[in-house]
Amino acid sequence: MLDGAGASARGAYAGEYILEVDNVRKEFPGVVALDDVQLKIRAGTVHALMGENGAGKSTLMKIIAGVYTPDRGEVRFAGKALDIRTPLDALNSGIAMIHQELNLMNTMTVAENIWIGREPKNALRLIDHDCMATMTRDLFADLGIRLDPGAMVGDLTVAQKQMVEIAKAVSFNSDVLIMDEPTSAITETEVEHLFRIIRDLRAKGVGIVYITHKMSELFEIADELTVFRDGKFIGTVAAQDVTRDQIIKMMVGREITDMFPKIDCPIGETILEVRNLTLPGVFHDVSFTLRRGEILGVAGLVGSGRSNVAEAVFGVRPATSGQILIDGDVVDIKSPPVAMRHGMAFLTEDRKETGCFLNLDCIENIQVALLSSGKVDNRGFVNQREVNRLAEEFCAKLRVKTPNLAETVANLSGGNQQKLLIARWLLTKPRILILDEPTRGIDVGAKSEIHRLITQLAAEGVAILMISSELPEVLGMSDRIMVMHEGHVSGFLDRSEADQVRVMELAAK
Amino acid sequence: MATQAIGAERAVPRVHRKLPSEINILLVLIGIALVFEILGWIFQGQTFLGNIGRLKIMILQVSVIGIIAVGVTQVIISGGIDLSSGSIVGAVAMVSMSFAQSAEYARAVYPALTDMPVIVPVLIGLACGAVAGFINGWLIAYTKIPPFIATLGMMVAARGFAKWYTKGQPVSFPTDGFASLGSGMMPVFIFLGVAIVFHIAMKYTRYGKYTYAIGANPQAARVSGIDVERHLVKLYMVAAVLAALAGIVVAARGQTAQAGMGMMYELDAIAMAVIGGTSLAGGRGSIVGTSIGMIIFGVIISGFTFLRLDAYYQEMIKGVIIVAAVVIDTYRQRKKMKKA
Repeated sequence: MLDGAGASARGAYAGEYILEVDNVRKEFPGVVALDDVQLKIRAGTVHALMGENGAGKSTLMKIIAGVYTPDRGEVRFAGKALDIRTPLDALNSGIAMIHQELNLMNTMTVAENIWIGREPKNALRLIDHDCMATMTRDLFADLGIRLDPGAMVGDLTVAQKQMVEIAKAVSFNSDVLIMDEPTSAITETEVEHLFRIIRDLRAKGVGIVYITHKMSELFEIADELTVFRDGKFIGTVAAQDVTRDQIIKMMVGREITDMFPKIDCPIGETILEVRNLTLPGVFHDVSFTLRRGEILGVAGLVGSGRSNVAEAVFGVRPATSGQILIDGDVVDIKSPPVAMRHGMAFLTEDRKETGCFLNLDCIENIQVALLSSGKVDNRGFVNQREVNRLAEEFCAKLRVKTPNLAETVANLSGGNQQKLLIARWLLTKPRILILDEPTRGIDVGAKSEIHRLITQLAAEGVAILMISSELPEVLGMSDRIMVMHEGHVSGFLDRSEADQVRVMELAAK
Repeated sequence: MATQAIGAERAVPRVHRKLPSEINILLVLIGIALVFEILGWIFQGQTFLGNIGRLKIMILQVSVIGIIAVGVTQVIISGGIDLSSGSIVGAVAMVSMSFAQSAEYARAVYPALTDMPVIVPVLIGLACGAVAGFINGWLIAYTKIPPFIATLGMMVAARGFAKWYTKGQPVSFPTDGFASLGSGMMPVFIFLGVAIVFHIAMKYTRYGKYTYAIGANPQAARVSGIDVERHLVKLYMVAAVLAALAGIVVAARGQTAQAGMGMMYELDAIAMAVIGGTSLAGGRGSIVGTSIGMIIFGVIISGFTFLRLDAYYQEMIKGVIIVAAVVIDTYRQRKKMKKA
């Protein structure tokens, strides 16, 4: 199966560019996701694509996969302009992609997953399961994968599922294989195996795009690397010509502007203390303190356990061991209502999934935390006039741009939705405010307004824990920065000593 | 601080209530009624709406299921479904009637417990409903099984219980007090009472606000400090207690209880809610809407009878109307979202 028709392009293009992204630009309302970027992949090489969260890597991958169309520029494959409308088009033309989130059907077998839509048929035009199993075994033998083709995918480990994904991608005889952080969920030995497969494919002339955050992997596997930053192309270099420090500099050279106006304010006594908080497999031994008026920034790559720690502190998914102390007393925060009784508020990372009630109106969105805190009702009856008054007051304070608070929230912009969610929590008058990505996906104007608000709250004595993937935001706003790496706290940095390089060194060991 | 100066420079966001969405359903109701009025003059040579007696019968026919629909609406708004209400009607009809029998009847289920004050069978019946609802709610909230399955199980089990209770024998001869719960326009008054209470609960209390929030986004509701599990148990208990109340009214009205009572009521109740604008996706709907949905239901049944159309047509057209209501609503919802 591995030497089928799809391999035609390979021999002819060995060492030449097989996939070329030329001056591609993509805008979304309010943001330029990609600004004239380039990416040139040679056949028979491993090309690492690097950049911080939000650098534009995923957008580019979606363009190559045909999910988005570029506003400008061109993607060429084997010298010809590429016309891809669906993921199937991409596969048929020789580009396979392994996404960070696995796309397998858990209730079907390994073989069924690999050959879905392309099942071998017998004389009666029915699916030939024996043939399918044989094809799968041949494929696995080639890749050195030891898995039963008849096993249920749902019973496999994450690493095994990843192998199935890779085998599936390989089975298309693709000339280009794109892997988005393939090692984020697998162990050392499995990484070894993965690298062996990648080297094999490279030897066969496949061009491999390898998206990663991990420096160590980069030097082990990549031939070339390209760095994106803020949707811009920074450069392509040969992996042997650069050092780790040079790459970090390429990745983080963002300007810190006056968008992040943390004003100095007196920092009071410790209000929240977390000791050795552990949720096995997610985060381990996390300890920190948070004081009145302080902003503690939390940096780290996506998947480093930052949000999980926040969820544990707020009781959404409590830790299994460790202690949380508020005002010096050990408290058992087993659910969000308990956290709220201790004066906590939690703006979640995902506005749509765990934040907004999109079908409901602004008032209903704003009032919910206040209602469950039990402060504005009279034996269960809601004093709607009072709630409306408070909501109007806070929306004015936060400059929510909607003429009518009875408007359905789905019709508001991301920035205004975020402000409503902040208003929801401010109504409960929190002493400890946990913000997870407070400015993700919102426009620049709303961003700086939210920053101003955060620092103002700190000045009023609120203790703030702010998680952010944007380094300039963390550096500009925080009094101290806690950096996390793979579920562990890898270090604390003071405002005075923190800079982008130091944070990245701790975050991307 | 910067807070004071802000209000002056731009319009302060205010709450301006828009026209209630129930207006649309009300217009549909008026439209359907007018169609029957016109068809009446054409085919029967008489008025449809002008006949008070007919309207009374019409509202009486649907108000028992309307009582159930008030509970089912709340469950659907929370993103769930309740298939057990019809069977609970049957089971509670049997149980409450067995505690409401008159001493004059020689073959009472509990010969020692005849001529009880009316409050006894009523409370026992409602308590049965509460237990069934608690089981539904507990299963859904804490074992996380889909509401469809949990209430399907209750639907089958409660029907079985109703048959087992007297080994299939009907239970009859209630006291006058019990029978009065179903006589005359009493079912309509009970429906009105229930509808008003829960209209207020859904609109003006935390109970209602939580229900909408859970239906719109359960994760967000949880993070906002709502005890989602506990609230779900409450909701399914309310729905089952209302079904039990309907069971009492049905038994009282018929002056007899049979294990097969209330068959398919759950589907009619769901249909009333859906016609009344309740979204099966959760988060949207109202008691007012469901009440209008109930009347639409009644107008259609009574209208077909009035036009002397076959009962078979009635059911077919009822099916079409239920689906059409949801199609139109989905379309409208999509248009609303696209605007954003």
